[in-house]
Amino acid sequence: MKLTLHVWRQKDARDPGGFKTYQLEDVTTHMSFLEMLDVLNQDLITAGEDPVAFDHDCREGVCGACGFVINGVAHGDQKGSTVCQLHMRHFADGDEVTIEPWRAKAFPVLRDLVVDRSAFDRILTAGGFISVRTGSAPEANSIPIPSEAAEHAMDFAECIGCGACVASCPNSAAMLFVGAKIAHLGLLPQGQPERERRALAMVEAMEREAFGSCTNYRACEAVCPKEISISGIARMNKDFRRALLSGSNRASGKRR
Amino acid sequence: MKLDARVPAGPLADKWMSLRDHLKLVSPANKRKRSIIVVGTGLAGGAAAASLGEMGYRVKAFCYQDSARRAHSIAAQGGINAAKNYQNDGDSVFRLFYDTIKGGDFRAREANVYRLAEVSNAIIDQCVAQGIPFAREYGGTLANRSFGGAQVSRTFYARGQTGQQLLLGAYSALNAQVAAGTVVVHPRTEMLDLVVVDGRARGIITRDMVSGAVECHVGDAVLLATGGYSNVYFLSTNAKGCNVTAVWRAHRRGAGFANPCFTQIHPTCIPQAGDYQSKLTLMSESLRNDGRVWVPIAEGDDRAPGDIPEAERDYYLERIYPAFGNLAPRDISSRAAKRMCDEGRGVGPGKRGVYLDFAEAIGRLGENVIRARYGNLFDMYERITGENPYRAPMRIYPAPHYTMGGLWVDYYLMSTIPGLFVLGEANFSDHGANRLGASALMQGLADGYFVAPYTLGEYLAGAKLEEVSPAHEACRATLHEVDQRTARLLGVRGSRTVDSFHRELGMLMLDRCGMSRTAEGLTEAIAAIGRLREAFWHEVKVPGAGAELNQELEKAGRVADHFELAELMCRDALARDESCGGHFREEHQTPDGEALRDDESFCNVTVWEHRGEGAEPAAHVESLEFETVQLAQRSYK
Repeated sequence: MKLTLHVWRQKDARDPGGFKTYQLEDVTTHMSFLEMLDVLNQDLITAGEDPVAFDHDCREGVCGACGFVINGVAHGDQKGSTVCQLHMRHFADGDEVTIEPWRAKAFPVLRDLVVDRSAFDRILTAGGFISVRTGSAPEANSIPIPSEAAEHAMDFAECIGCGACVASCPNSAAMLFVGAKIAHLGLLPQGQPERERRALAMVEAMEREAFGSCTNYRACEAVCPKEISISGIARMNKDFRRALLSGSNRASGKRR
Repeated sequence: MKLDARVPAGPLADKWMSLRDHLKLVSPANKRKRSIIVVGTGLAGGAAAASLGEMGYRVKAFCYQDSARRAHSIAAQGGINAAKNYQNDGDSVFRLFYDTIKGGDFRAREANVYRLAEVSNAIIDQCVAQGIPFAREYGGTLANRSFGGAQVSRTFYARGQTGQQLLLGAYSALNAQVAAGTVVVHPRTEMLDLVVVDGRARGIITRDMVSGAVECHVGDAVLLATGGYSNVYFLSTNAKGCNVTAVWRAHRRGAGFANPCFTQIHPTCIPQAGDYQSKLTLMSESLRNDGRVWVPIAEGDDRAPGDIPEAERDYYLERIYPAFGNLAPRDISSRAAKRMCDEGRGVGPGKRGVYLDFAEAIGRLGENVIRARYGNLFDMYERITGENPYRAPMRIYPAPHYTMGGLWVDYYLMSTIPGLFVLGEANFSDHGANRLGASALMQGLADGYFVAPYTLGEYLAGAKLEEVSPAHEACRATLHEVDQRTARLLGVRGSRTVDSFHRELGMLMLDRCGMSRTAEGLTEAIAAIGRLREAFWHEVKVPGAGAELNQELEKAGRVADHFELAELMCRDALARDESCGGHFREEHQTPDGEALRDDESFCNVTVWEHRGEGAEPAAHVESLEFETVQLAQRSYK
C-alpha cells in the first residue's frame, strides 16, 4: 500500500522544527510501524537526506525506548501497545499518517522524534526503591505474600517508563508514572518501611520537574501500553497525604 | 597470552567460600578513593554498579540507552533458576550445577558453574527484598515453573516479564546509590575504546550520543557488562542497539576472546515474515511447559493445522526425546526444528516453521488458565502475526538469541588485561556450548551482585595503581584513534547504507556459522566476510557529522566491529573440529544426528589473541579439568 507521512523534523533542541511530507510506496501489512520507518530512512539516506531519528531498542514492547504520537495518539491507535508492536495491517492504502514526538515541557526534543526523558530517572532516584543492601536480604519465603497482592503489585510494576502518559495528558502530568511505582512498592510488605518517605520524596521530585498535575482526564490510562490503572494515582495521593499528616516528611528535610 | 584460571584449591563445594574467607579487603577509607568504571547497566552491570556503590566505591556507570532501565536484560521473558528446592522435587545446588554443566555439553569451567549454582539462592532472596513481584502460590510462598534441560521445577518468574522485573530491581538499587552520591550514571553514552596504561585497564573512551563529544573517563578498574553479540546475525532476538563494540575494542587491546563460535539459536521465535524485517521476536521457552511442538508427517502437507488429524502429526520432540519431550534443551530443539524443515515438513509461508500447539493444554486446563500463564505472550504473538494462538497453533522457528562465547575471564572474572573485569553475557565462563533456559538472568545477577564485588577488592588491594588523568598520554592516544576511526567512517561517502551491509553479513553468518556448520562453508565464509568488509570501507554511506545525534554513525561503528568478530567466529568454528552444544559441525554427528563431541582433543576453551590489523589471530587453549562430573554423552532421550 501507499502512505503519505507527515513527519516532525527538528535538527536539535534549538531548532524550531516543522513537518515534512514523504510518500512511501510498497508498504506491506506485515511490517511493524518502525520497520516502515526503517524503509523510509533507507530511502532518505540513499537520496542524500538525513534519516529520521527515533528512539527504539527491543522492538518487542518492553524496553520503553520507542514512542511518538501517531495521528494524535501516543503509540498510535492500538490499545495496550507500544509503537514497535503496531503493525501496518492497521493502516489502509492511501492513508495520511502524522508522526510527531512526545510534546511536554519536561521532555525536550533532542532531534526529530527523540526526546529527553531523564526527568523520569530523577524522580525514581528520589525514592523509587526499597533500601536493601546486597547480601542483607532475608530468606525469600520468610515473607508470605498473597498471590493476589503480588499480582496487583505486578500490574503496576509492569510500567516501561515510555512517557506516553505524559505526552497524552493535557497537563503533561507524570502522575500515572509516579503513581505506578508508588503503588507497586506500596502494595508489598517489603515496601512498607519507606512507604511514606517514598511518596513524599517522589512527589517532591516530580514537582521539581516541569510536569503538570492530574485533573482526571484519564488520557494517560487510555494510551498506556501496559494499561496501568489510574488507581495508582489515587494510591499516590493517599500515601502522600498520609505522609504529610503523620509528619514523616523528613525525606525533604522541611516541614509542610 | 598467559591463561591462568586461578581456580581455588580444595573440594568443589568449598572453593568459593574458602576463597571469600581469604580475599583481600579494601578498607572503607580506601574504597572512597577508588573509582570504578562499569559499562552496561543490565542485570550484571546494574547489579555490580549498585553493589560497589553500596560498598563505598566511587562508580561511574555507562549505557547507550537513554536510561539505565532499558538495558536489554529487560526483554528476558521466562524466568530465573535457583536451587531453592521449594517444590520438594529433589533439587539442590549440586543438581543445578550438574544440569548447567551438562546443558553446556561439558565445555564450561566446573568451579565457575558450581559457584553460580551456589549463589543462586541468594539472588532470589535479594530480588524479593527489592520488591520484585514474583509469581506466588495462594499460600503466599513463591511459585516455580519448569524450563528446558531440567527435570525439576526451579524457575522463578514474574509473568512473562521476569527480566524486566529483575532489571528494574537492579535499576532501583542503582538509583538508591545515585541518590546516595556513590554512583553517577551516564546514559546515551557509548564506549568506543579501552584505555590501557602500563598493561592495566585504566579507562574508557566514550561518545556522548547526543552531542557527539568524545571523552576519556579514567578509573582504577573497568568492568564490562555489555551483553552478547547475536546482532552479528542482523536478525536476532537482541535489541537493535546491542553490539559487540566494547568487548571487541577490549579484545583488540589485549583481552582474549573465548569460544566466539558458541552461539545459541533459540528454538521458539516467531518466523521471519519478509525482507524488511528488523528483528525476530522470542516466544518464551516457558510456553513449552504446555505447548506441544509438531509438524505434519507428510512432506509438503499444505492443509491448515486444524485439518490435519492427530494420526498425521509428528510430535517430534516427544517422539525423539521421550524423557524431556517438549522441554528438550535449546540447541537440541532448534536443530530438530531445522531438520524437520530441511525434510520438507516445515509449515507456514516459506516453510521455515513448526507448530507450537496449545489445544491439548487448553482442553485440559481451560483457556483461562492458559491466559493467566501466558496471556501477554499470546497477545504479543497475535500483534505480530495477526493470528490468534488460542484458536490455531503458533508457528515458531529458531533465531539467534544468546552468545555463550565472550571475553575470557578467570575465576575472579578478570580478563587477560589486569583490571578489566567482564560480567554476564559478555564473558564466556558459565554456559559452555549451550545455555539452559533461565540461566542467563541467574548468571548476570550472580556476577553483578555476588561475585565481582568481592573479587574486585582482591585486585584493588593487591595492585599498585598510579594516578592516571585523562591528560595521560595513553588516554590522548586512544582518544585520537577513536576520532580517526569516526572520521574514516564519515569520510567513505559511498552509496550503500549501513543496514544493507549488516543484512548481508547476517545472512552469510546464519547460513555458514548458524545452526549447522561445515569446514567448507566456514572457509568460504571467512573469504566472503573479508570481501564484504573491504566493500564496506569503500562503499558505505554514513550521512551527517560526528558532533551531533547521528544514529547511522552509531550503527556504522558497530557493524564495522561485527565484521571483525564474524571472521573470528568462523575461524573458531573451523578450529573446533567437533560438535558440541550449539556448535554443530556436520562432519561430527552420531548416527541419529546428535552432536558428537571429541573430548580427547577439544575438552577445552579456545582463547583468541588479537595480533594486529591484518594479522591472523593466535589461538590459545585452556584445558578444562573435570574433577567432579563424569563426561558423558549428553542424552535427553
